[in-house]
Amino acid sequence: MWEQANEIWWSYGWPALIIVGQSVLLMVALLLIIAYLLLMDRKVWAAVQQRRGPNVVGPFGLFQSFADLLKFVLKEPIIPSGADKSVFLLAPVATTVCALAAWAVIPVSADGWGTWVVSDMNVGILYILAISSLGVYGVIMGGWASNSKYPFMGALRSAAQMVSYEVSIGLVIVTVLLCVGSLNMTDIVNAQKTGLGTQMGFTPSALDWYWLVLLPMFVIFIISALAETNRPPFDLPEAESELVAGFMVEYSSTPYLLFMLGEYVAITTMCALTTILFLGGWLPPVDIWPLNAVPGLIWFLAKIVFVFFLFAMAKAIVPRYRYDQLMRLGWKVFLPISLLMVVVVAAVLQFGPKWGVV
Amino acid sequence: MGLEAFFFYIFSIAAVASAILVIIARNPVHAVLFLILAFFNAAGLFVLLGAEFLAMLLVIVYVGAVAVLFLFVVMMLDVDFAELRAGFIKNAGLGAIVGGIVMLELIMVLGFQSYSSQIIGNPAAPAPLVTDNVTNTEALGRILYTKYIFFFQVAGLILLVAMIGAIVLTLRHKEGVRRQSIAVQVARTPETAMEIIKVAPGQSVFPKNEGPAE
Amino acid sequence: MPEELQIYAPLLPEIILALGAMALLMYGVFRPETESEAETVGWLAILVMIAAAITIVWYGNGTVRLFEGAFVDDAFARFMKLLTLGGGAVALMLSFDDFRNLRIMKFEYPVLVLLSTVGMMLMISAGDLIALYVGLELSSLALYVIAAYRRDSVKASEAGLKYFVLGALSSGMLLYGSSLIYGFAGSTNFQVIANAAKGAEVATNLWLIFGLVFLMVGLAFKVSAVPFHMWTPDVYEGSATPVTTFFATAPKVAAMALLVRVTVGAFPAIAMQWQQIITFIAIASMLLGAFAAIGQTNIKRLMAYSSIANVGFALVGLAANSAEGTQAVLVYMAIYVVMTLGVFACILSMRRADQAVEEIEELAGLARNNLPMAFALMILMFALAGIPPLVGFFGKYFVFMAAVKAGLYPLAVVGVLASVVGAYYYLRIIKVMFFDDSKEKFEPVRFKAGAVIAAAALIMIFGVIWLGPFTDYAMAAAQSFTFVK
Repeated sequence: MWEQANEIWWSYGWPALIIVGQSVLLMVALLLIIAYLLLMDRKVWAAVQQRRGPNVVGPFGLFQSFADLLKFVLKEPIIPSGADKSVFLLAPVATTVCALAAWAVIPVSADGWGTWVVSDMNVGILYILAISSLGVYGVIMGGWASNSKYPFMGALRSAAQMVSYEVSIGLVIVTVLLCVGSLNMTDIVNAQKTGLGTQMGFTPSALDWYWLVLLPMFVIFIISALAETNRPPFDLPEAESELVAGFMVEYSSTPYLLFMLGEYVAITTMCALTTILFLGGWLPPVDIWPLNAVPGLIWFLAKIVFVFFLFAMAKAIVPRYRYDQLMRLGWKVFLPISLLMVVVVAAVLQFGPKWGVV
Repeated sequence: MGLEAFFFYIFSIAAVASAILVIIARNPVHAVLFLILAFFNAAGLFVLLGAEFLAMLLVIVYVGAVAVLFLFVVMMLDVDFAELRAGFIKNAGLGAIVGGIVMLELIMVLGFQSYSSQIIGNPAAPAPLVTDNVTNTEALGRILYTKYIFFFQVAGLILLVAMIGAIVLTLRHKEGVRRQSIAVQVARTPETAMEIIKVAPGQSVFPKNEGPAE
Repeated sequence: MPEELQIYAPLLPEIILALGAMALLMYGVFRPETESEAETVGWLAILVMIAAAITIVWYGNGTVRLFEGAFVDDAFARFMKLLTLGGGAVALMLSFDDFRNLRIMKFEYPVLVLLSTVGMMLMISAGDLIALYVGLELSSLALYVIAAYRRDSVKASEAGLKYFVLGALSSGMLLYGSSLIYGFAGSTNFQVIANAAKGAEVATNLWLIFGLVFLMVGLAFKVSAVPFHMWTPDVYEGSATPVTTFFATAPKVAAMALLVRVTVGAFPAIAMQWQQIITFIAIASMLLGAFAAIGQTNIKRLMAYSSIANVGFALVGLAANSAEGTQAVLVYMAIYVVMTLGVFACILSMRRADQAVEEIEELAGLARNNLPMAFALMILMFALAGIPPLVGFFGKYFVFMAAVKAGLYPLAVVGVLASVVGAYYYLRIIKVMFFDDSKEKFEPVRFKAGAVIAAAALIMIFGVIWLGPFTDYAMAAAQSFTFVK
């Protein structure tokens, strides 16, 4: 009896505990980072507009995000009387859960012991695509369950927008996958250890990463990522001048917090994805001494912050797109370009000079 | 009875339960949401089978795209359920008889089943061995683009026809709609956009007897 | 052609059609949306079909199986493909003038017809259940769309929707049957299935027979045989007449070819089983086609019932399960296509004040207003009724002779009775044209339609001369199969 229990513990219990431990660690770290990314978002925005931004709570406003958290959690959640209660409450939970679940396959660093990732699955990138395509459900469900006009219109806009841009994101990812030859996230980063730069005789450096060889795809990916996560300048679903606050109009307190959290987690996921696909993940910009002594995790975080800075600047600088312009950009510009690039990349890999991109 | 069996039962019970709920849910939007749940559980079963590629495709294609459009349609349609239900009850007897007959036939078929002797241990495309170190994405690709390339291509043609068909039947060019042409806007220069007129004091910009063009 | 691609030469006609369709699609999209551009696309599509036909004749030789038997190119396939291409090309040519009238002349129609034809040719060459299904879906999907092509007409939309819903149902049945057969045989390949079905104990295997029945249901729907004919009259009446012309010719040929290929090719071992089914649907189609047509006043509905009856007659040949029977099917379908094209060219010429008229009474006194057209239509009606010495008679003759040789006397007797009943309504049209009070004149017959009418009528009269070589060719095609008694 004891031996059996022992065996079950070591074959199922212990691994399960490790996975749970890893997940909790990742989630806590992630949420902490997001708290400060949020602050950074507001600070960058403020700086562009020559304001100070949040600066009251804590030194330089460092505790602003936590104050916001407390404020939201302590308020009373209001559910409209005509709302479909269960779906109304399910929507924000679904958004957050889906956004967080994507992080299960994102490798943050690698060292002698292996990759720092909860699940190093073979089809990691497909998993990310699948999970990020679920983000749209939270929005539709929230908009519909509110039983109100503006949220519903916001939800419809958002769903159309997210579905449209998923197409070009998918095709961009395909071009990267063609170069890598694997759907595994760790392989994608490792494939960027050599490339254009090493082929030309340099030490492994940022020139090897795919942002250079696939530059048009990199640009398309960043713009599509903005649209996919409903970030400005593509924040039509919650355009306050037209739709008050889109699908979130009727939300308050914790459900609203969950929506916002889900959105920011999704944005961070997109930053991480950009980092992994195009910016060499945890690889140092130049593989020479003091740089390659810095832990991979630091590089990974630095790159995420850099990409997030781009997103924040886009929010601060670029005016909002009109709906038809948004659709035109997605379907008539990005889709043909990325389709064409898939063909071109495949042709170059098959017939072109073997640059060791594979 | 291992962990896999445990998850198998969880996924299959959830799949069957949500499939039943799709049918009996009173609200069509809830029905679609349960359908999505059923898809999810099917994906879970695929993962248990070791077919992770299929599982992800199921989620991406069915949950991420098809069901979204489905939900769109269901939300925007104003379906009168009392009326539908009345029609259902009216035809329920006939449906039950037909369904019953088909069910009986199927039971008969299953009862008398037998396989041709040739097929035992003769799968159309054997799964690669674990030791081959071939992911199942790669294994699928190897078969799809070699043995089944013919069907694959024809399936592509079918999708092309579906696309043309949808456009032919629904696309209408409205008369009198002014569309934005970004290329034209960008190509505008000061020379084409404005005209510099020297206006003498006491004179109008416009020639006599001619107001601004409205 | 590179050497390693040489073996794919039998696939060339399909590749030409598919690439042609895509090229024309691009041409159409990037050219201005005018009727003359659309007609250019139409003529180019006909050219592509002719090119495909030439490659069929040029490269066709013996029996070739590609893709592990999924694609079969043999004399039978070539015969049926040429027939399909011919019917499709003529039907497409007849559409130009009428579509201009209806203001629906757009380049998508020829493209869809081409893609549908690709599907039909894949059906004809199918040697595998998956190939059968993808070919069928490709052709059907395009057909659903062109059924509703006149989208501003409620009737056409209804026709398209009806066809689509019922077609989807029948596809489902077909897939269900296929899965049962696959479950039995462990393969989707026709040859493997045929081998697996051999042996006494499997001949009574319920699973296989159930699969066969469901498969037959799906295919019977496509040839519009009774009891799966319900869509036919509505779709024929609702769709624009040029579309109906296409429906009545090429898809019927392809579906009939597929039926022959599945029954004779995949289930020779259990011929008894499918012969029963085919015999039943042949009898039912002939009788229903004959009797239901009597009450019709709309000539397109009448032709729908006529096509149901004709499919029944062709199935008689298939029921015989012999080389003569298959030869009779081939000859019958060829003659049917010519007759149908002729009749529909006449229907397309029934126009007053630029409006199509479709009632049979409108033909009254046609003999006084337009004797050549009335005469040609009379010839075609006599041919449809099976009056000797017109070619239409020989089609029926071959079919019934094959049935008699196979010992299916009751089937032959019912067939003769049904064609006597059928003669009544064909002759009624002739009576209306020649002996009823004259109505207003039709507009003059257009050149293309006139040429088709004349050609069809002439073939009906003088075709007997070439009947000998033609039946020999059909016999050679029929011998692509081995028949097991």
